[in-house]
Amino acid sequence: MEDIVIRNLCKSFAGKPVLRDFSAVLPVGQVTGLMAPSGAGKTTLLRILMGLERPDGGTIDGLAGLRLSAVFQEDRLCDNLDPSANIRLINPTLGRRETEDALAAVGLAGCLRQPARELSGGMRRRVAILRALLAEYDLLFLDEPFKGLDRETKETVMADTRRRCAGRTVLLVTHDVAELDAMGAVVRLDLST
Amino acid sequence: MRRPRTIRAWAVLVWLALWQLGAMAIDQQIILVSPLRVLSRLWELIPTPDFWGSIAYSLVRITAGFLLGVAAGTVLAALSARFRRVEELLAPAMLAIKSIPVASFIILALILFSSRNLAVPISFLIVLPVLYSNVLGGIRAADSQLMEMVRVFRIPVGRSIRYVYLPQVMPYFLSACGSALGLCWKSGIAAEVIGMPEGSIGEQLQQAKVYLDTPDLFAWTLVIVLVSLAFERAFLALLRRGARAMERM
Repeated sequence: MEDIVIRNLCKSFAGKPVLRDFSAVLPVGQVTGLMAPSGAGKTTLLRILMGLERPDGGTIDGLAGLRLSAVFQEDRLCDNLDPSANIRLINPTLGRRETEDALAAVGLAGCLRQPARELSGGMRRRVAILRALLAEYDLLFLDEPFKGLDRETKETVMADTRRRCAGRTVLLVTHDVAELDAMGAVVRLDLST
Repeated sequence: MRRPRTIRAWAVLVWLALWQLGAMAIDQQIILVSPLRVLSRLWELIPTPDFWGSIAYSLVRITAGFLLGVAAGTVLAALSARFRRVEELLAPAMLAIKSIPVASFIILALILFSSRNLAVPISFLIVLPVLYSNVLGGIRAADSQLMEMVRVFRIPVGRSIRYVYLPQVMPYFLSACGSALGLCWKSGIAAEVIGMPEGSIGEQLQQAKVYLDTPDLFAWTLVIVLVSLAFERAFLALLRRGARAMERM
């Protein structure tokens, strides 16, 4: 796998430019942090990288054929499935035991049989994060992943996320510098400049 | 969540009492037969082989038309959701099927086919647009964010249909089946009354009309209501059980 190289990426919506000649390199095997104020185009950039939007111009090299994983801003869980089934939907090679151990490590041991629709916001967030971390991926997108978690849970989840992401290629979008530090993001991109 | 029961025994008893009083007041069995006489006639019919033969005859054909309509409506809805041209192609046909009176279809079917299996195409044509429009609506209403999640994680088609699409479309499918079942029984029996295939419930109704046998007419009508309700309950319960089993991982 090579570094992912973004060159002169442009995207407009209804004539309003959201991304203007954005260039960056996402080094392989590292956590890259992306910070910018709201409306600066972070989510648009992520959507382009995920293949959910087509850019108006520019190129992205090194992305073709990569297996992607993501924590979206929204949880995007299947409400009818329990936490373990939501995770194994993405990665069926995981056993129920393995999945449930991972869920227990982030404080979800008590809700293993509950459908996602019955979980609290914080619980759903943790399931969404674990689903992305336990997927088989080459590139992981984390779009404000720890939003909505209380301080104590956030620390536990961040530590778990950092451990599981070690040596993996990750793009972390956040407003919080402390999250970049906690996740060991060495490369930091600023979309506002 | 269980819906609160709207059919109460006391309300049914009130209506039956009113019916009985009405029949007693008119005192003309040929115009309005009493519920007790209907039950008594039904009791006479139940042990006869013709009774069960007629029910089986109509049940098999109406069920066949219903199942074909469900299958075709679902497949066509999936194709329309995927290919805009298919939806455009089918739109006038579905509108025509919904707008043309069922009697016209019955007469046309009598010209084209034998009356023996008339209830099959008629039930099919009644069920098809109901299933098609509901399932298409269900697919269109599916959560777009979940669809994006499926794309990003590249979940295989079979798994995404089973665990992501199916639970979202199922309520629309069940509601369509519930509506279509009632309609297909009404139209299927109407077709049999006009076509009079030998040994069908429709033929029994037609005979009751010809001989002004009101107790028979009411007894057979009661049979149609009971059989269609029993079929609807059993079919929907089976579907719900099947859907729950499918969602289990």
